[in-house]
Formats: sequence, C-alpha cells, structure tokens
Amino acid sequence: MPEITLVEAVTQALAYEMGADNNVVVFGEDIALNGGVFRATDGLHAKFGDDRVFDTPLAENLIAGITVGMAAQGLKPVAEFQFMGFIYPGFNQIVCHAARMRNRTRGRLSCPAVFRAPYGGGIRAPEHHSESTEALFAHIPGLRVVIPSSPARAYGLLLAAIRDPDPVMFLEPKRIYRHVKQDVPDNGEALPLDTAFVLREGNDITLVTWGAMIKETLAVADQLTNEGLSVEVIDVATVKPLDMDTILQSIAKTGRCVIIQEAVKTCSVGSEIAANIAEKGLFDLHAPVKRVTGFDTTMPYFKLEYDYIPSEARIKQAVMETLEY
Amino acid sequence: MSEVIKSTVAEFNITYTQFLDESGKPSQDLPSIAKDFDKLIKLYRFMVFLRAFDTKAINLQRTGKLGTYAAILGQEAVGTVIGELMQKEDILAPAYREYGIQLQRGMKIQDILNFWGGDERGNNFANPHDFSMCVPIASQCLHAAGAAKAVQIRKEKRVVVAVCGDGATSEGDFYEAMNVAGTWKLPLVFIVCNNQWAISVPRHVQSAAGTLAQKAIAAGIPSEQVDGNDVIAMHEVVEQALDRARNGDGPYVIEAITYRLHDHTTADDATRYRSQEEVDQAWQREPIKRIHNYLVANNKWNDDLETKLQEEMKAHVAEELEGYFNMPKPKATDMFEHMYETLPDALLEQYEIVSQG
Repeated sequence: MPEITLVEAVTQALAYEMGADNNVVVFGEDIALNGGVFRATDGLHAKFGDDRVFDTPLAENLIAGITVGMAAQGLKPVAEFQFMGFIYPGFNQIVCHAARMRNRTRGRLSCPAVFRAPYGGGIRAPEHHSESTEALFAHIPGLRVVIPSSPARAYGLLLAAIRDPDPVMFLEPKRIYRHVKQDVPDNGEALPLDTAFVLREGNDITLVTWGAMIKETLAVADQLTNEGLSVEVIDVATVKPLDMDTILQSIAKTGRCVIIQEAVKTCSVGSEIAANIAEKGLFDLHAPVKRVTGFDTTMPYFKLEYDYIPSEARIKQAVMETLEY
Repeated sequence: MSEVIKSTVAEFNITYTQFLDESGKPSQDLPSIAKDFDKLIKLYRFMVFLRAFDTKAINLQRTGKLGTYAAILGQEAVGTVIGELMQKEDILAPAYREYGIQLQRGMKIQDILNFWGGDERGNNFANPHDFSMCVPIASQCLHAAGAAKAVQIRKEKRVVVAVCGDGATSEGDFYEAMNVAGTWKLPLVFIVCNNQWAISVPRHVQSAAGTLAQKAIAAGIPSEQVDGNDVIAMHEVVEQALDRARNGDGPYVIEAITYRLHDHTTADDATRYRSQEEVDQAWQREPIKRIHNYLVANNKWNDDLETKLQEEMKAHVAEELEGYFNMPKPKATDMFEHMYETLPDALLEQYEIVSQG
C-alpha cells in the first residue's frame, strides 16, 4: 500500500464514507472539477457525480447555511471552507443554527454536519489565509472542534466526524498537509472523538499540543530524548470537548507541563487546558504550567510568519525552564 | 460626437395581483376559487381562529403569563393561504410570525405559547421536518435552500417554502438563498411577508427598490407582488408558484403586501415611530373583514353564523390554553439533554452540579 499525506488521507476518508453512505455529500468553492485548492476533494466528482460533489456560489455564509438545511433534512453534508480566514461570514449560521438545532428542537431536528477548513500558517499565503482561530468555535456549546495531526488521524478522525450525529468543525493544519507520509489502510475504521492521543510516553514532562505544532513538538521531544530525558507528548486532537483526563493523568505522572499552540495566547484552547490543570492537577505540579503560543498580534504577513509560529527553540527553552524550575 | 448607442440587454417588470378590493368587492374578473365557498369559508374560519388566538396571546403577555410575543394582527391571510396550499410532505422554513402556516402543519397553540413562554419544547412539535421558528433575520432562507437541495438530490416531489419579512430582504442570507436557488433551480418558494415595518424602520428606508419582488430579478428567478390581505389573490399566486416548483420549474419569489397592525412585539411601542392615521388607514385594508364582506355579499355568511363562529373560536383557544398552563417547568438538567446526541464526558461534571440542585 502506498503511503499517503495528510491531505490525501482526507480525500481517502471522504471517498470511503461517500461510498459507504449515500447521504454524504461534499461541496464548497472549487471543490468539484478543481478538486479543491489543496486537492482535498480530488477525484471525488469523477467518482460520485454532480449530485454528491458540487461547487457552490462564492459565499461562505451560504455554504454554512445550506449545510444546516441539508443536515436537518437527513443528509450528511461535508462542507469545505477554502480557508479558515474566510469562515467568518458563516459564523452566524454555525453558531446560531448548526450548534443549536438539536437543542432548540429538543432533538426533533439535528445537524449531523462536518465543516472542513484548512487552517494555520506556514505556507507563505496572503493575508487572511493563516490564522488559527479554533478557540472561537471551541467556545460554542453544541460544536465539536477536531484537529488531526497525522495522515492516520486525519483519516480516522474525519470518518468519525462524518459519522458523528452532531456538527463537527474539522480543522486541517495545512502546514503539515504534505509534511509526512504514512501507510493509512483504507479500512473505514474511525478513531474516537473527544479523545486525546498519547504520541510519546515519558516520565519527565508532558508536552500538550495539536495540529501543525505536532511537527515542532515531536522534533523537540526527539532532541530531548536523545539528551536522555523522558518526554510525554499528547495530541489533544479534539479541542472541544477536551479530554482532560488523559492530560491530567499524564501530569500526575510527570508533574510538569508545557502547552504548545499556534493560536494567539489569550482566551485560547491552551488557556482552557491550563485552567483545568490549575483546578484539578495543581498539587501534581512541580513547576508552573507554561504556554508557548502565537503572539497576541495579528498574524503577520508571511515574511514574519515563522517569527510568529512557535519555533523549536522557543519550545525547547520553555521545556528547559519547566524542567529546571 | 454622435450619441452613444446602448442596446437593452435585460428588461423586467413586476406584476401586482388583487381580486378583492379593500371593501371585498371584485376589482377584476374572479378566478374559480372565488366560487369555491366551502374553501373560502374554511379559510375565513381559520383566520378568525388566528385572530382569536393572537388576541389571547397578547393578553397573556400583558398579564404576565407569557414572555415577549410577536403578534400577527393584520397578516392572517398570508399564513392561512400558505398553510392551506402546502402539502404535508413539503418543508417550511419560517421566521417567527408564521403561526398561520404552522398551526396547519402540526404545531399547536400550546407549542407556540411554549416558544414565547421561554420553553424549547415549543419547537418539538408534531411535524418531522419543518424548521422551527427562526429568530436571526433571514437565516432561515439558507436552511430552506439546503433543504431544497436535499429534496432535489433525492429527486423527491416536495417543495420548500421560506417565509421572511420585508426587513429580511436586506440581509445577505436572503440574497444568497435566492442566488443559489436560481443557479441550482431549486424547488423553493420564497414568500416575503411585507408588513411595511421592520420594528421601527419603514419599508422605504429598508431599500430604494420599488418593489421587494424585483430583488429576485438579479438572482434570475421570477417573482411578483400580490395583495397579501386578499385571500383569493394569495391563493392564485401561491398555488401557481408551488405547482411550478413541484413540477421542477424552479424557485419563485412572492412579495405579499400586508401591514403589521400591532406593535412589532409586545416589547415594542409603535406609537414612537408611526402615526395613528397610518394605522387607521391600514385597518381599512385588513384581510378578515375583506373576505367576510365578500362572503356576506354572496349570501354565504350572516350575523348569526358570525356570532357563533366568534364564540366557537374563543372557546377553542381557551381549551388549548390548558396544555400550556399545565406544562411543568423543564428540569434544570434539560439544558444538557440535547446539546449533543450523547452528552460528552467533559460535560458530566457540570451536569452533576445541576442535577444535584
């Protein structure tokens, strides 16, 4: 079996589930003949036709709104926003309707939909193409926010997201769309949502991250391992709702924690994780929790994007400070 | 320099249909529905029922037994006719003033009162697919487009009806929904219930467009205006739009001209922004008296029948109130029950706090 990239794993999951469930439809801007600007829907139109793979007019609010309408009527829509930076016109429909349909109608109607969006920086893109605003959606009751960080997790988590009976924001870290290749069997096996994945087991410190920051975090973990340290790495994967049990269990073991995220620091997913640790894991800690994050600035144009995105050096420094505290 | 030649590449016109004038007299030759007195009496009875309910609901709010309520006074014909003409399997995407339709499609008075009485159970009514009342203005238009796309994908013979107000036609959602309905040729009928006022903002401030119906032109879909207080005209226009959509001929926009005789909601005071003179004039055009006069002129209605009907409808409304008054308060844990199909583990701790009171 050929190894595939994260974005190819997205395509593979979409194709698998479209084949397995006639209710799954895929749509967005430039996703049909063009296969999406990142090629995430490549080949789906040829395989499944106009009724199930179609381009929409260029209106993100429209994409979000028709998703709600289709999902309420029994389809399983998978909508693509071309970039997360363009998702905001659809915010009203996602927050006011997708997230609330089941609750509002006491379960009479629901919204079994997936909103896919490439997110994050690192690809030398123009303005509005590089932000990490997962916290905006993590704040909203009724939504799930899922972020894969490897081809295998992209495949398994996207299958789970499509099969989930509630709306899922599926945010794809485009910086690592083609970073690594993995053998991902096309067996239709989903991975669990609401579950963090322990990627490296260790006893000295816990590194908590998700999305593209997995890349730098694992690199730092490898360096530290070579230096004789025992590092635990957790991929949060579902940033809403949070699997704090896995994180707290790890901290009970290591007593030290660094949270690494690409997003801005204030009111972020990292803030929430740190607050939960303060509430429930304080006396397990040997050092304060540290956060290595993007800055509370506007995401810079791409000449400075790697000054903004946490570097291996920044992560390593935070880890050393935490270890030496 | 000679005059520049510019050729006309697009033209349009918007029609307006009325059969009964303000006094209920024919303003042109009447269609066959005008002789179907059983049907007209049925519609008339329902409009009287709606007004009895509406009056009661306002009173309930005034006496502290209901939250903020949006009255439908003066707009009864629009909902009555749409509800009459929609098929059971069709899908409604309403705003929040469409009781006339909803009460014919499985929603009960108790449900409407529950909704305005601060209880989500009002949206869990006996219709498996209609959308519930939609508060963010015009956003239901896109749900309707999505529903119509689902109908189209499944090759079903169902029509989706989106209802919105005049203010909603200023929202992007309205334009986006019309646009996609046109390009995808969706089985979707938009009905703009133009009651002239979006809370305090009058129709002419909302848009410089001469009609709201003409907004459909830019989306490439046909549209027309109709006297929304004329049951016969509404019936003619809505019926052909629904038939058209059901037969695969695509979407349609109807602008129903009516008037909001009451305040926007019970929380509003319309005397701050519009004159009593304007409201008095609008009362001359209201829909119930119009069809009443037509029925009386054709010897199909009289004072005895009217007296009995008024009593019957008041009693009917009173009966239905029992269910609302006897509705127990939801359990506090009900907040959590429908957030997700299965409550995520992360919410269990909060659930426990609430369940322990």
